[in-house]
Amino acid sequence: MFEKPLSRRTLLQGSLAVGALGLSPLPAFADPQWKKYAGTKLEVLLAKGPRGDNFQKNIKEFTELTGIEVESEQIPEQQQRQKAVIELASGKPSFDVVHISYHVQKRQFEKAGWLADLSGFMKDPNLTASDLVESDFSAAGLKYAKDDKGRMLSLPWSVDYFILYYNKEMFEKKGIAVPKTFDEMVAAAEKLTDPAAGTFGFVGRGLRNANMTLWTNFFLNYGGEFLDAKGDILTDGPEAVEATKLYQKLLTKYAPPGVSGFNWMESMASFTQGRSAMWLDGVGWAPPLEDPSASRIVGKVGYTVVPAGPKGQYSATYGDGIGVAAASKNKEAAYLLCQWAVSKKQGARLLQAGGGVPFRNSILNDQEVRNGVKLPKEWVQSVIDSAKISKLGLPVVIPVAEFRDLVGAGVTATLSGGDPAVELKKAHEQFRPILERSEKS
Amino acid sequence: MPQEPNSTLSNRKAWRVPSYWPFVIPALVVIAGIIIFPWLFTIWMSMHEWKIGAPTTFVGFANYFRLPTDPRFVESVWHTIVYTLLSVILPLIFGTFAATLFHQKFPFRGFLRGLFIMPMMATPVAIALVWTMMFHPQLGVLNYLLSLVGLPAELWVFHPNSVIPSLVMVETWQWTPLIMLIVLGGLSAIPSEPYESARIDGANAWQMFRYITLPLITPFIFVAAMIRMIDAVKSFDIIFAITQGGPGSASETINLYLYSVAFVYYDIGYGSAIAVVFFIIIVLLAAIMLYMRQRMHWNQTGGAA
Repeated sequence: MFEKPLSRRTLLQGSLAVGALGLSPLPAFADPQWKKYAGTKLEVLLAKGPRGDNFQKNIKEFTELTGIEVESEQIPEQQQRQKAVIELASGKPSFDVVHISYHVQKRQFEKAGWLADLSGFMKDPNLTASDLVESDFSAAGLKYAKDDKGRMLSLPWSVDYFILYYNKEMFEKKGIAVPKTFDEMVAAAEKLTDPAAGTFGFVGRGLRNANMTLWTNFFLNYGGEFLDAKGDILTDGPEAVEATKLYQKLLTKYAPPGVSGFNWMESMASFTQGRSAMWLDGVGWAPPLEDPSASRIVGKVGYTVVPAGPKGQYSATYGDGIGVAAASKNKEAAYLLCQWAVSKKQGARLLQAGGGVPFRNSILNDQEVRNGVKLPKEWVQSVIDSAKISKLGLPVVIPVAEFRDLVGAGVTATLSGGDPAVELKKAHEQFRPILERSEKS
Repeated sequence: MPQEPNSTLSNRKAWRVPSYWPFVIPALVVIAGIIIFPWLFTIWMSMHEWKIGAPTTFVGFANYFRLPTDPRFVESVWHTIVYTLLSVILPLIFGTFAATLFHQKFPFRGFLRGLFIMPMMATPVAIALVWTMMFHPQLGVLNYLLSLVGLPAELWVFHPNSVIPSLVMVETWQWTPLIMLIVLGGLSAIPSEPYESARIDGANAWQMFRYITLPLITPFIFVAAMIRMIDAVKSFDIIFAITQGGPGSASETINLYLYSVAFVYYDIGYGSAIAVVFFIIIVLLAAIMLYMRQRMHWNQTGGAA
């Protein structure tokens, strides 16, 4: 996935400028007509989080560059998704630019035709900086951003790989090597679990819906595929059963009690308290783990890729993008803003703060940018290695929420003694008609 | 109004717009706008395959036929019934007990009463967050308390079998004071003579409670039960903030499922169908309780006569 970047020279120029981060207000790339839409006013709907923060913190630079006024608001993820959908469905959204989460909304937004086609803009040198080319985005990013006709409906902003966080101190105490496979991970988890001392080998999301993002790492590495050629969902097959057995084993035998109610937050609490030795979750949690005011294990955290399963090694990948509402009257100006949000400068800041990982290879492969990352080198390495084994972590269908709820409930049920095959079958039978209904309409 | 013998006047009366109409119309408009219209619209939506982002089509009662075949809905009905029953009965018992206790005269009674009704005044979401921490199996105070008396740690809201009782515990803690207030009102209305004569007859405290107090406060308990029932069946905030219907879907009530269908899956048509059925269930429950109350009332007057 991380092939060599295409146009070395322009990228080098770009990286030099990024090295001098923040010193110069001038754009680092061959210039589109930034000022053409000066005076336009844009409204932006953002999901709360490091991307939104990074956007709002530096938005003045965009206004200086273009003369475009930007009003933006950050809303917590769940509510932001609801607001976006309801407003877009009304046909008159209050925003021009919207932050979307690909793994949840891609198919829904495409089918409804809510996003403006950006392909034309990207080819227009008056609108697009020369370093912004499709091939600079990673394959997963392009897969997310393009519809089935190959049109770019959004710009990939930040990718989220699953990685394995581990507590080096606990591993060293028991003399255990970092697991490279699922079998080794289970063996390590067993050795590290000591309920009497209140320490456990593994922690991860057990909460319905949230748990699906963890579970799919197991599913993919057991050789699972979400959909067959006909578009039927395949989460009751042997791969899914094996994956669920592993999930059940790890979360019932080697995880803290109550894990069936854990989302990332509770998992992180257990991990930062030094009560759990391994945690499999999104790559974006490193900053709090390395923050002395939030974590007791600063400097003791190891970062590595998801261990290999019997049928492969993949890191379940999720991501978000930024796009222009089809109903917006200021599409060109809005596109300039999207372009700025995913620009090298903004992407480098995001990466260096650990707030997200840009989809653009030219940012990730830039040594200068990497050197500026404040987090441990191992973290950067795990990001780069994960990019090579990344695979979409959820099926690209409309009823993603139903999928996560139904299969997630089945998977959670195995934590209180449910049989994996039976629970998956049950979830499958509930989900299939929903999927069929959604594709029919 | 006295009848006018004049026939022309009464004829005119027959067709003239009554003079009170201008005063009624604003109220009618408001009722039509905020009660009748939303209801008709909900019913109309429930007859459509209506998903946000997709064209809508009329499907008649298909959404309603989907309900009994949807295991999640059927389960959620059971969860609602169990949750409601428990969170009506427990506060009733504790509330009545607390009321008889606080009806006695003892020092600092007013102050202690005030303390006791504090839970009722707090925001459910804030309460839910505090209880979530208390329920935590490793760090929560509840398991610590259990360990003090030598009991094994519980999983509370993290196990499908104990999640509803645990949530009911929160609900009971919060709403017992309301029952207490209502019953206290009832108690203060009881005259003291029956107790005096009972004492002369040699009745003990339990007999006085069972045969004098309880029958006299029953109407108040009924009102309290009704309010509690309507509240409990619609309970959303506590469940949503603590478990979001989990683990799995073990604490998913109709209300939570309805929220998911309408605002997470954006299936407005099906969600409306659930809302209509849910409304009918609530009306039926309320009707049953009203009927029981009326019968009880009739019995009392009959008995007195």
